[in-house]
Amino acid sequence: MKKLSARRRHPLAAVVVLLLALAATGGLYAAFAPASKAQADETSQSLTIKEGKKLYQVGCASCHGTGGQGSSDGPSLVGVGAAAVDFQVATGRMPAATSQGPQVVKKKNIYTQAQIDQLAAYVASLGAGPEVPTKDQYGPEGADIAKGGELFRTNCAQCHNFTGKGGALTKGKFAPDLTGVDPKHIYEAMQTGPQNMPSFPDTTLSEKNKKDVIAYLNAINSSETEQPGGMELGGLGPVTEGLFAWVFGLGALIAVAVWVAARTAKAKKS
Amino acid sequence: MSTNENNERRGKAPAGERVADWADGRLGIYSLAKSNMRKIFPDHWSFMLGEVCLYSFLIIILTGVYLTLFFHPSMNEVEYHGSYVPLQGQLMSEAFSSTLHISFDVRGGLLIRQIHHWSALIFLAGMFVHMMRVFFTGAFRKPREINWLFGFLLFVLGMFTGFTGYSLPDDLLSGTGVRFTEGAILSMPIVGTYISFFLFGGEFPGHDFVARFYSIHILLLPGIMLGLMVGHLILVFYHKHTQFAGPGKSEKNVVGMPLLPVYMAKAGGFFFLVFGVIAAIAAVTQINPIWAMGPYRPDQVSTGAQPDWYMGFAEGLVRYMPGWEINFWGHTLVLGVFIPLMLFGLVLAAIALYPFIESWVTGDKSEHHILDRPRNAPTRTAFGVAWVTVYMVGLVGGGNDLIATHFNLSINDVTWFVRIFFFAGPVIAFLVTKRICLGLQRRDRDKVLHGRETGIIKRLPHGEFIEVHEPLSQEQLHTLTAHHQYEPAEIGPTVDENGVERKVKGSEKLRVKLSNAYYGEDNQIPKPTVDEYKEITSGHGHH
Amino acid sequence: MSSQDIPEENLPAEQDHAHAAVTVADEKNPFADPGLPPHEHRIQDIDERAAKRSERVVALLFTVSMLATVGFIVSYVAIPHDKSIFVFPIGHVSALNFALGLTLGTALFCIGAGAVHWARTLMSDVEVADERHAIAASPEVRAQVHADFKQGAKESAIGRRGLIRTTMFGALALVPLSGVMLLRDLGPLPGTSLRHTLWAKGKLLVNMNTNQPLRPEDVAVGSLTFAKPEGLEEAQEDFQNEIAKAALMIIRLQPDNIKDKRELEWSHQGIVAFSKICTHVGCPISLYEQQTHHVLCPCHQSTFDLSDGARVIFGPAGHALPQLRIGVNDEGYLQALGDFEEPVGPAFWERG
Repeated sequence: MKKLSARRRHPLAAVVVLLLALAATGGLYAAFAPASKAQADETSQSLTIKEGKKLYQVGCASCHGTGGQGSSDGPSLVGVGAAAVDFQVATGRMPAATSQGPQVVKKKNIYTQAQIDQLAAYVASLGAGPEVPTKDQYGPEGADIAKGGELFRTNCAQCHNFTGKGGALTKGKFAPDLTGVDPKHIYEAMQTGPQNMPSFPDTTLSEKNKKDVIAYLNAINSSETEQPGGMELGGLGPVTEGLFAWVFGLGALIAVAVWVAARTAKAKKS
Repeated sequence: MSTNENNERRGKAPAGERVADWADGRLGIYSLAKSNMRKIFPDHWSFMLGEVCLYSFLIIILTGVYLTLFFHPSMNEVEYHGSYVPLQGQLMSEAFSSTLHISFDVRGGLLIRQIHHWSALIFLAGMFVHMMRVFFTGAFRKPREINWLFGFLLFVLGMFTGFTGYSLPDDLLSGTGVRFTEGAILSMPIVGTYISFFLFGGEFPGHDFVARFYSIHILLLPGIMLGLMVGHLILVFYHKHTQFAGPGKSEKNVVGMPLLPVYMAKAGGFFFLVFGVIAAIAAVTQINPIWAMGPYRPDQVSTGAQPDWYMGFAEGLVRYMPGWEINFWGHTLVLGVFIPLMLFGLVLAAIALYPFIESWVTGDKSEHHILDRPRNAPTRTAFGVAWVTVYMVGLVGGGNDLIATHFNLSINDVTWFVRIFFFAGPVIAFLVTKRICLGLQRRDRDKVLHGRETGIIKRLPHGEFIEVHEPLSQEQLHTLTAHHQYEPAEIGPTVDENGVERKVKGSEKLRVKLSNAYYGEDNQIPKPTVDEYKEITSGHGHH
Repeated sequence: MSSQDIPEENLPAEQDHAHAAVTVADEKNPFADPGLPPHEHRIQDIDERAAKRSERVVALLFTVSMLATVGFIVSYVAIPHDKSIFVFPIGHVSALNFALGLTLGTALFCIGAGAVHWARTLMSDVEVADERHAIAASPEVRAQVHADFKQGAKESAIGRRGLIRTTMFGALALVPLSGVMLLRDLGPLPGTSLRHTLWAKGKLLVNMNTNQPLRPEDVAVGSLTFAKPEGLEEAQEDFQNEIAKAALMIIRLQPDNIKDKRELEWSHQGIVAFSKICTHVGCPISLYEQQTHHVLCPCHQSTFDLSDGARVIFGPAGHALPQLRIGVNDEGYLQALGDFEEPVGPAFWERG
């Protein structure tokens, strides 16, 4: 007891406490920060629509109808195109759980890329729609990052936040965090407008525009992005900054004040 | 250590002494030092909260001066060619571009910017907590009411200084905040449009507001704050610090350590500690990354558009207000914005004016230097907690979108919760706090009369088990009974000595009602008297 | 720093047997103030070795501070301003900011810690009581001041010479008006400027992203497009002021889904154009949910139903988003058929 209290009053105790607190924040942040997703396995086998149809009948037909015409449980897939299928299935949103909340969320994908391509080919055969983009379209080569930033702030940031951390929509819906999302899926999402997200077809946001947006997003929100000032605190702006200032800023200073004002240990026999 | 002695020994006084003599001959510093050099300050961590504010303010001034060396308060559009790649070639105001320059191209510029901003957040948080410390301990009572107002003004001015500073970089987030300010100003009846046009030099955003906010931020408001702060400190010195009740401490003295040397070292050292902690935070934690937000454009926005925390209360009021708007005779009364604007002022005014209301209720004209424990002023404490609840509900409302996304809630539900809690919260908080305070008062009373529970169970010869209570020392008895308890006021005689009936004024009736709510039966637990104590302690074996 | 190092006989309990037990000293009034408790020694007060240890700790802290300042200077000179390093668990940070901040923080903190440790362990910790004196003056002083004031007032004759008094107060009251007048040129008078935007009959709707005029076939159902009036370029001096009013949000609905009659009338083949500026306090509102046709403001959560005349369905906004009447010109481009019929953006007193 005595030793502990002597150490607690040690002049370096406050430093240690502060460092521990800072390290704990960092640790917590690291633990909760979303990890980057493994790249989807890409195989390039030629696939037949027939195989896709088989998969469709098993996994999709109960909601979207046997011919993709839609039902009360799911919209028609005629004309949504291969891009929409690739996005929905590869991000695990489809097939959706039977009881869903306000919106269908990203989850573990249960199909291989080959199967997704088969499914996509089948759905594309139901009616023309956007195709799955190629690497040339969403890759970083030749993109104008700064222009992408301007486009991002005009078209995307209002829902997904200035660095793509996501944000709230009405009645429990939300725009998801874009951290670690495959550039291909970002492209497909812009192209097809999944769920409540509006679409940004090439007539609205040109192919080059989309490339720029993806390059900007990669520059400001990837595992390699530099946060020059230190911990990003979630990239959510003043709310988390304020919380940090209260808990760790003022908290640390009060801890120091307690040390400054406390009585020095008295020499007493216990 | 008199001058004569030294003169005799070495023929010449030490240099420091000669400098002091020189200064005394011109400034009279010895008379000043006589009363202040060994001034006593009591030791308590909560008495250092004000120092946190003072020092973070000094840090803000130091770093702020540095930032002005590089910042260009201009809204001229320039094309960016600095070293931050994702903005190269973008059009932006010079204000934004020079802030990028400070952050990326001035060595240490980012650090100073971050220290400046973190200090500002901590300064405001420190003032809030300091103000609450003063409130809950009753340190605002006579003779310190004016200093309470000084402190309150510092808090309010600090909010606006922070807000104007936060708006200077002209980034997308702060620009959105300025736009909100413009909308709020427009909502003011009759004069709103004019004030807005004068403030912004025409239509929003115009080309003037950065330069105007700049002079407000670096000169006008800090100048007033510096004056108030000096006044605040002079009054603290003049009134001498308050202290908690305890052995040897009375209304007539102040017990603690002398300014020289102990507080010189402790308070001086604390400045460096505060600066060091904030510098370390600025080294490892990013704040307001304006490069990620991009330059302001009135047609762009990011979700999660919140102000710094100290404006969060106002933001919350605006968010949960229903959209009321009344049109009549070609005019519009924008209640949806104007009511929150008024509430913002009223809620702040409520805490500012409280000391005067309490002193009117108690009718107490004497000086108070011994602090109350919050439990011993249950109604005041309950009011304070209710006020904090209103404030916190505002903060929650201001962050409703992040609460919704991070706790998987509907933003509409969060808003409704906050709307209801704005009314219910303070009432619940008031009642609960008062109960807790009274409970604690009862516990203190039991402790005084029956001693401290030791946790030792003793078996009496006849088989009964009792817990041994250890009587308190006189120090403890004194500390627990030192507080003053008011008697509830009564309406004075309604008939004067001549038998003429006088009319009882409404204000007097209100005062008596309030006084009873404060100090009447069930609103405070009478502290034990010496007789009660003696009766119980003399008759050992009581039950 | 445990007390084991201290010679037994030095411990206060050995020296002083008098105040060992807690007792009530004052039988008459057990609640009376017993006075300041006797001073108790710290380890450093009685053990020179402990005091020496404290001295060394303080000196060490000051030395660390000096070293940290040297570290600051070295970092400033040696680290390039654009160097990025990975620091676990923070991430990729600016090496310079990190090094400068930590060295400066250490240098400052150690000075403070040293001073405080010095004060706590080596400076006297004997508590001292200072007498307080009443803030208010004594009755004699009070009487004297009142008398002096009356004397002064009498000598000035301000009470007697009413004309001087009145005119002086008048002059003092009026002179600040000059200062108020000078504020007039802070800005122009509002006039009707809040009622007009750049939109006018025949102005093409230009896509914000591609800078190309829009045709109806460019706007798909479920898509979201932002537009500005033709001729407005970002490099223009008044761009910010104009876009703050003219920014447009364009969506396409199935004409059957449009519930509001006027909205349908003002649309073109289901294409509707609404002001992007929230009617609450002016945030660019654009969180469009394409399935519900709701649009949410990110600032204060006002929600508008774009399929029903953009009326407010939630939140603090007081009225619907203004709609721009659009059509198609001879060349097949979307064009405005006039300005907005009501002021865009936040409401104000003269709005009506």
